Amino acid sequence: MRNSVPLGKLAQLIRSKNAGPFRITFDIVFENEEDFVRVVSAKVLTKEWISGTYKIPQDTLIFVEIPAARAIKFSFPRPRIQGDLGETDMYSGQQYAPLLDLQIC
Amino acid sequence: MTDPRISLISPTGALGMGFLDESLERGISLKPDVIACDAGSTDSGPFYLGSGTPKMSRRAILQDLRRLLLARDRLKVPLIIGSCGTSGVDSAVDWMRELTLEIAKEEGLSFKLGRIYAEQNPTLMAEAFKSGKIDPLPGAPEIAEQTILNCSHIVAMMGHEPIVHLLEKQCDVILCGRASDTALFSALPLMRGFIPGPVWHCAKTIECGAICSSITRADGVYAEIDENGFSVEPLALDASCTPLSLASHTLYENADPFLIREPSGTLDTQNANYHALSERKTRVEGSVFRPERYTLKLEGAALSGFQTVAIGGVRDPYILARIDSWLAEMKVFFEERLQELTGKTLGKEVRLDISQYGRNAVMGSLEPLAHEMPHEIGLLFTITAPEQALANDVARFVTHAASHWPIPEWQGFISGIAFPFSPPEIDRGPSYRFTLNHVLIPETPLSAFRFAEEQAG
Repeated sequence: MRNSVPLGKLAQLIRSKNAGPFRITFDIVFENEEDFVRVVSAKVLTKEWISGTYKIPQDTLIFVEIPAARAIKFSFPRPRIQGDLGETDMYSGQQYAPLLDLQIC
Repeated sequence: MTDPRISLISPTGALGMGFLDESLERGISLKPDVIACDAGSTDSGPFYLGSGTPKMSRRAILQDLRRLLLARDRLKVPLIIGSCGTSGVDSAVDWMRELTLEIAKEEGLSFKLGRIYAEQNPTLMAEAFKSGKIDPLPGAPEIAEQTILNCSHIVAMMGHEPIVHLLEKQCDVILCGRASDTALFSALPLMRGFIPGPVWHCAKTIECGAICSSITRADGVYAEIDENGFSVEPLALDASCTPLSLASHTLYENADPFLIREPSGTLDTQNANYHALSERKTRVEGSVFRPERYTLKLEGAALSGFQTVAIGGVRDPYILARIDSWLAEMKVFFEERLQELTGKTLGKEVRLDISQYGRNAVMGSLEPLAHEMPHEIGLLFTITAPEQALANDVARFVTHAASHWPIPEWQGFISGIAFPFSPPEIDRGPSYRFTLNHVLIPETPLSAFRFAEEQAG
């Protein structure tokens, strides 16, 4: 059994971004097929994990694995509408950090 | 259909972001049938629509627009600019028209200029809402007639049909109000009878310029559409469009990577296949477009108040150890002081937010490490009030009282916040919020828009 590696070291790109003013979307892109398959088959980056980490209900979550782009993508409603009073991240650009330490075996 | 192929260039992802001269020159040498460029987005937040102000500077827009107008003049093909002035409100189309005429005069250019206005009158929209012509999208906020009437600006995002309308009238340069980014690129191909699946997928792929390629700098791409699919290559020779870079681009800023809704239907890229034609050029086939009920997405923004902010830092470990209760105690005082000074209530007419940078200020409620403590914390005080002067008055007593708020560990008057500026208060001006996540069901694809044509030069 190989050592586990943090997702932040395996992915070529991890980003978060607004998908319109009402939703936030996360992209995790891999450099090669092997890393993509490794993360998909490890089954740790799941709807359950995302829902627990970001404290959001699972039924509002879209989660897709996209082999053609060697990418995993998930989206959920923003905690507030973009730019509403109390906004912390206008572009939702810094919401991906918790993904980096997720251990992939 | 006479010509089995049509070609397009998308010179940059957003007008005013710039592009390389040699890239545009290469684009011109490829003899495209149309040049199209997007100039707007909601991505920068509700201010631009709420105030009708462009995000890009006049200087930046002039530089890009001049180069595109000159390129168009050499090629004698249509130039289509979408979502003028960021938000696509009427005054932004007028602003872009002035810049276009100014350049035409300076450069001695002559062309037929068309404009499409996309702004919607709030009173008419409130009536449309009452008569059931406005539907919520999934997850839309609950709205009432008053929500619509409160909007400072409302725009409807046009499809390709209004653009086709002006292309059929032989307009050479078309300035659009709020438009679907993809509509700018799909208008001419659809007008010439190309199949919607490849056309919309191509449009979606190239609307951000070279972002769909291997480079991340602002630059352009060239695309060709035929009856079975499309191909894309970057204008810069040191860049490439690979199957992976194109497939990845469908992820960008979309909640669902496979289904993209346009006014006239939905683009489905689920069964699209990507294959490399060369190191730099990729072909895509298999995307389909399914017509649906015709709807126009509405965007609206309303004033949420005027803001004054102050920035300061805390380094004292005693204060840091009790920072939540320290801030909570002073909030009670601010509430009393506000009442006695202005008769207003905190949390009602006046709002105070204190963010702790270094601790949950970025992720807020989404933060899994909410209880970890750093060795210093940056405080951002944000006061929102119905008038700017009131926000500033409140900020002045907030910053003063906060900086001297006591802690039990020290006896005597302390100075607990490091402010970098004098005065620490900064007036931010008006703040806006997005109010609509709805669609309008128009009588026809053109009925919500207004058109103008004129001869330039």
